Amino acid sequence: MAYVAGGKFIPLYGSVDKNPIPIAPFLMDKTPVTNQEFLDFLIKYPTWQRQKVKKIFAGENYLEKWTSDTNFPKELQNSPVTQISWFAAKEYCECEGKRLPTLNEWEFAAMASQTEIDARKNEDFTREILSGYETPNTYKKEVGISKPNYWGIYDLHNMVWEWTLDFNSIMISGENRDKNNTNLFCGAGALGADDLMNYAAFMRYAFRSSIQANFSINSLGFRCALDIKEKI
Amino acid sequence: MKLFLFIALLFVVSIGNISCEKTKEKTTASEDMKAYGSLVAELTSPPNVPKPVGNRSAKKLIIEMEILERESEIANGVTYLFWTFGGTVPGSFIRGRVGDEVEFTLKNHPNNRLPHNIDLHAVTGQGGGAEASFVAPGHQKTFSFKLLNPGLYVYHCATAPVGMHIANGMYGLILVEPKGGLPPVDKEFYIMQGDFYTKGKFGEPGEQPFDMQKAIDENPDYVLFNGKVGGLTGDNKLHAEVGETVRLFVGNGGPNLVSSFHVIGEIFDKVFVDGGTTVSENIQTTLIAAGGASVVEFKVESPSELILVDHSIFRAFNKGALGVLSVSGNKNKTVFAGEITEGVYQPEGSVIQDLDVDGKTKSTEAGVPLTKVEKMEQGKNLFNATCAACHLQDGKGIANAFPPLAKSDYLNKDVERAIHTVIYGLSGEVTVNGNIYNSIMPAQQFSDSETASILTYVYNSWGNNGTEVTAEQVKKVRNN
Repeated sequence: MAYVAGGKFIPLYGSVDKNPIPIAPFLMDKTPVTNQEFLDFLIKYPTWQRQKVKKIFAGENYLEKWTSDTNFPKELQNSPVTQISWFAAKEYCECEGKRLPTLNEWEFAAMASQTEIDARKNEDFTREILSGYETPNTYKKEVGISKPNYWGIYDLHNMVWEWTLDFNSIMISGENRDKNNTNLFCGAGALGADDLMNYAAFMRYAFRSSIQANFSINSLGFRCALDIKEKI
Repeated sequence: MKLFLFIALLFVVSIGNISCEKTKEKTTASEDMKAYGSLVAELTSPPNVPKPVGNRSAKKLIIEMEILERESEIANGVTYLFWTFGGTVPGSFIRGRVGDEVEFTLKNHPNNRLPHNIDLHAVTGQGGGAEASFVAPGHQKTFSFKLLNPGLYVYHCATAPVGMHIANGMYGLILVEPKGGLPPVDKEFYIMQGDFYTKGKFGEPGEQPFDMQKAIDENPDYVLFNGKVGGLTGDNKLHAEVGETVRLFVGNGGPNLVSSFHVIGEIFDKVFVDGGTTVSENIQTTLIAAGGASVVEFKVESPSELILVDHSIFRAFNKGALGVLSVSGNKNKTVFAGEITEGVYQPEGSVIQDLDVDGKTKSTEAGVPLTKVEKMEQGKNLFNATCAACHLQDGKGIANAFPPLAKSDYLNKDVERAIHTVIYGLSGEVTVNGNIYNSIMPAQQFSDSETASILTYVYNSWGNNGTEVTAEQVKKVRNN
């Protein structure tokens, strides 16, 4: 796991009056959980296999690309596991003695480029993220091949969306012009050339608010985190 | 007196009541219209339009629409990742009538990366349905609404960031016909304009990603009809016969530009202003707002290639906003006779032409012949002022509309034919570098030496074969 020193940052949403939010130091998986790793988990905990899982914990598409309960397409061995529900992701992390990262932890870790802790103002960095969101089928890529970021973490962008513990703690209405959603509306209205970063973040927050805990989506995977005091 | 006042008051009140009831009746009418039975809506991809509603009653209208994020060509050799309603840009055309109760299911394909939704401008209700239809990849949402107002309306995706979803092609049209339907016409077509922002410049080959900065700056590389350069030209052009009445449903998805929609060689007999109920007659160009639409109708009286353009004209000739409606049939010489005679125009006291001592006109080419360098310079200026409008300054032309001159096999093969083309024009099918063009180039009004300069410039640019054309050669072709 990679060590993230923590600090303060202002996320796109979720801070009151734009006050910086403190992030305590934590550990985060260097890569998203792969199909192979998830298979190991399923063998130990068969109740989470496709045929056996309780339907309220996993939607119809749960591991739908897998050829059977314990087989996935060979070429996806080192690719991130996707089509897993939030319940399954959470269980996996807990069985590993870890937990899912919080939304703010995830966003904090993901704003780092290779050289900066907060690269959100860096246009090239943001442009690359944005174009990654537009590239289809990136879930087929292998984890850990791209360059790691400042914290030594791989593939936070340009691979899959990732579950967070409190993914639905910030609900954005289905349309981003809702008058009750002044935060977003003003954000949208105030966008200038310097705020390109918000577009990439917009897309993440919008995605998170479109999903529910039992959804299993092709382009949605996860990784785990760990509190520093529990460091083994 | 009191009684009179009372009666007068009563009269006023009753008039008030009548007018009040009238407006009330009108608005409650579509709300209260009963829907009889149900119908699965026919959805069509552009430029096709579903069958008219005709006399059918209001019904429950079942619509299923699939969202697909898919790569396709934005111009020949240039690919772009479009986000689409129904797989096309613009999205599927929806047609219903006032009083229809729509049950709308929006399906977000499992392979899509992003959540999407739909805001239909024909919907009266929160966000036009945007909130109710917000759907994650691999899921579907159903919502319902009643069509209250007749007209032609835009629908589009309204998920954050809205501008980006629209810029990637997420828009289309929904037509709400009045009770009894629109008057029948012979041909109906569906056209939608949109502006696109790519990393590479217009025509730069390969996979081109979306450029957010250009979108914010409102500086598009492409302005297109139906999502592709040549989306309505070449094999994709529209057809009608002389004598037919044509109705175009024209929308503008934006995200940024307003369209000055015009058909070269036609006059709109009728325009349903802004796609609404007001009909304006005898219109040359109609403005279509971003997120707006217009219905235009015209009878085609003369066989010709009608050119559909955004009359903000650089968009048409340099960014792709160009379409063709090909009208075939018998000529009607009263309506349009074409060129009847051509003659020399010599105003008195003109200084353009000199008289020789013996009284004969001395044309400019009788003077000292230009050197190649001079020809190149003159040719370049004339080319850029006249020819570049269609063939573009780099001679690359516009796919499916105007053939390329750069590295053109057609050009390099035959000098005499090239001279003939410039002085007499060219119409009909030609094959240039393997692509078929079927269009019209008008005869150009250049002197022999100017023609020689232009062609010398063209033959010595952009990888062509370096032929030097002389005024004598041009004269010979002209006299044959």
